[in-house]
Amino acid sequence: MLEVSVGSSIGFDSFRWLDPVQSAPEVQATPVMTQEFALKLPPETMAAEAAGSHAQRLAAFTAAPLTVSREEGLMLYRDMTLGRRFEDKCAEMYYRGKMFGFVHLYNGQEAVATGVIKAMKAQHDWFCSTYRDHVHALSAGVPAREVMSELFGKATGCSKGRGGSMHLFSREHHLLGGYAFIGEGIPVALGAAFTSRYKRDALGDASSDSVTAAFFGDGTCNNGQFFECLNMAALWKLPILFVVENNKWAIGMAHERATSEPEIWRKAAAFGMAGEEVDGMDVLAVRAAAQRAIERARAGDGPTVLECLTYRFRGHSLADPDELRSEAEKAFWAQRDPIKALAAQLIGAGLASAEELKAIETEIDAEVADSVSFALAAPEPDPTELTRFIWAED
Amino acid sequence: MAETLLFNALRDAIDEEMARDPMVCVFGEDVGQYGGSYKVTKDLYEKYGQWRVLDTPIAENSFTGMAVGAAMTGLRPIVEGMNMGFLLLAFNQISNNMGMLRYTSGGNYTIPTVVRGPGGVGRQLGAEHSQRLEAYFHAVPGIKIVAVSTPTNAKGLMKAAIRDNNPVLFFEHVLLYNLSEELPEGDYICALDQAEVVRPGKDVTILTYSRMRHHCLKAVQQLEAEGVDVELIDLISLKPFDLETITRSIRKTHRVMVVEECMKTGGIGAELIALITEHCFDDLDARPLRLSSQDIPTPYNGALENLTIIQPHQIVKAATQLKSGSF
Ligand SMILES: Cc1ncc(C[n+]2csc(CCOP(=O)(O)OP(=O)(O)O)c2C)c(N)n1
Ligand SMILES: [Mg+2]
Repeated sequence: MLEVSVGSSIGFDSFRWLDPVQSAPEVQATPVMTQEFALKLPPETMAAEAAGSHAQRLAAFTAAPLTVSREEGLMLYRDMTLGRRFEDKCAEMYYRGKMFGFVHLYNGQEAVATGVIKAMKAQHDWFCSTYRDHVHALSAGVPAREVMSELFGKATGCSKGRGGSMHLFSREHHLLGGYAFIGEGIPVALGAAFTSRYKRDALGDASSDSVTAAFFGDGTCNNGQFFECLNMAALWKLPILFVVENNKWAIGMAHERATSEPEIWRKAAAFGMAGEEVDGMDVLAVRAAAQRAIERARAGDGPTVLECLTYRFRGHSLADPDELRSEAEKAFWAQRDPIKALAAQLIGAGLASAEELKAIETEIDAEVADSVSFALAAPEPDPTELTRFIWAED
Repeated sequence: MAETLLFNALRDAIDEEMARDPMVCVFGEDVGQYGGSYKVTKDLYEKYGQWRVLDTPIAENSFTGMAVGAAMTGLRPIVEGMNMGFLLLAFNQISNNMGMLRYTSGGNYTIPTVVRGPGGVGRQLGAEHSQRLEAYFHAVPGIKIVAVSTPTNAKGLMKAAIRDNNPVLFFEHVLLYNLSEELPEGDYICALDQAEVVRPGKDVTILTYSRMRHHCLKAVQQLEAEGVDVELIDLISLKPFDLETITRSIRKTHRVMVVEECMKTGGIGAELIALITEHCFDDLDARPLRLSSQDIPTPYNGALENLTIIQPHQIVKAATQLKSGSF
């Protein structure tokens, strides 16, 4: 049995295939592809090289044109600032022992939540997140008070203190939830998109045009549910956006070490659906790409994979020592802070002054501070209600 | 009324509920054009169309998760496991999403879903197709579990499960689909949480469910002849147990045994006897007994397969001993 498997081993073959000394001339496709990839890069990518191939991909993008109005621009700035300041406050509260468990912050990725969610219709379209869900909830309109008090485990939390950081829910704001297991939110989001189609096509309700956005990371794209749901979404032309927040890392697993085709958006083609890659640090670019995808979805033209190249500015969670990511890489991405970028664009185009943006920040800081005092003062869940919410009737 | 086969009773229940409520839909492999691998959704595709009877790709975890999302947004999906064993792939969706989500969300969402399909040991189907998932899923909070055993209860329980606003795991049995019976007239439902006293008796309580009900009935005939008066209870509801019916019976007979098709370790009977010990310890005149399947993968060979699950003669012997107290 053992001899047979060695003699005809696929594993043995593939070992040789990877070894350049032993590889036959006809299997030297890999170096050639690397060369093609290198050729595609613009020359001024020194910093990007130090920051890795993810950054090199990003270097190929140019900033999206400023197509928003002053009001839209300020709204986007406000939303991203809320996300950032809220998360900074969470870190502070975590270290002060006000919240517990695993807390995954979103710093650096704000352009994705804001770019996509603010291009959708609040309380009409649906949103589905992961354990890194605070900012998706805020962008969807869940009040900062409800999110903060959930993190404090209070009765006033959006999940009544039963969920915690990784399980934020709000039916009112069409937040399908934060899901703590990798990939499990994707099918749930698919179900919401299915309901939209069902109401239109099975029940004849022409007004049913809600679109669902599912947010998840690069690491999650190696999970079967991603592929299964891409297949079903394309098969039934469901109104859904698969928003990949490719921040290059899945805890300590570098994206290139985990996947055979690092350009995730290309996987859409295998399912015959639209795929697009976008600079995930450029909120206007994300917004424009999301608008195209939402339009397709609402028109009944089916799903889109939207790969947003982004980066998290903090460790995976507040418990992560963050030892694997290089300083050069972090420095490269810090330069591309999406909030600073939008501020520069708005000021540069004369749509807003530095003072106005400062005033927004001050307002946001007050809103976040208010969420903390609200959460501190809020009641704990009633212990006599420990078993409430198990069943639909209670 | 003419006699109805169990699979048709289930089909009629689904048909009637789909006609009654446009939000009710079916997801699963081969449930549509093919009519279901045990014909439980026969002709419903033609009647209700491709969206309401959705033929899914073979992707159990994702279409089960999709049912959760659909239920959260207003639909009432029935998910068919082509064989219940395949839903091991959807364990995460059934546990984390169906069972826990309402609680975790602090009551934001309800998940009105039915997950149904054939389980149990059939005729030489091999280990993987002969599983009893009810035991594996028993610890999951927030789901109801029922097991049907006759055309009458199959129809009434299916209708109740569809109307229930909670997730219901609905166990059918591969060997019971062709049972035939005259059904009650009209639109009836059966309570999801009530056991059925199949035969009243005074000597020994037998608690059973699904196909083992029929093995017990065979045993009861012989036991009658031998003067053992059995109270046979079909649990129907495996979660929560109908403790009221169970304790009432034990307070009468003072002797109890469980006959189950799942394996002994971590089985339904294990939980049941723990509960009985907690609630009826002083009522018992003999130690409670468990007749369960062997703790092994179900073998293919027919004779070995028969040795794996409980047979009527073992029930006869155990009940006789339980009555006389001679172990
Ligand atoms: C099923 C499952 N396996 C493992 C984990 C542990 N885990 C949490 S986050 C994570 C990495 C996910 O990376 P990615 O999808 O890129 O998202 P990111 O955290 O970068 O936003 C892992 C392995 C989990 N939560 N669920
Ligand atoms: Mg990642």
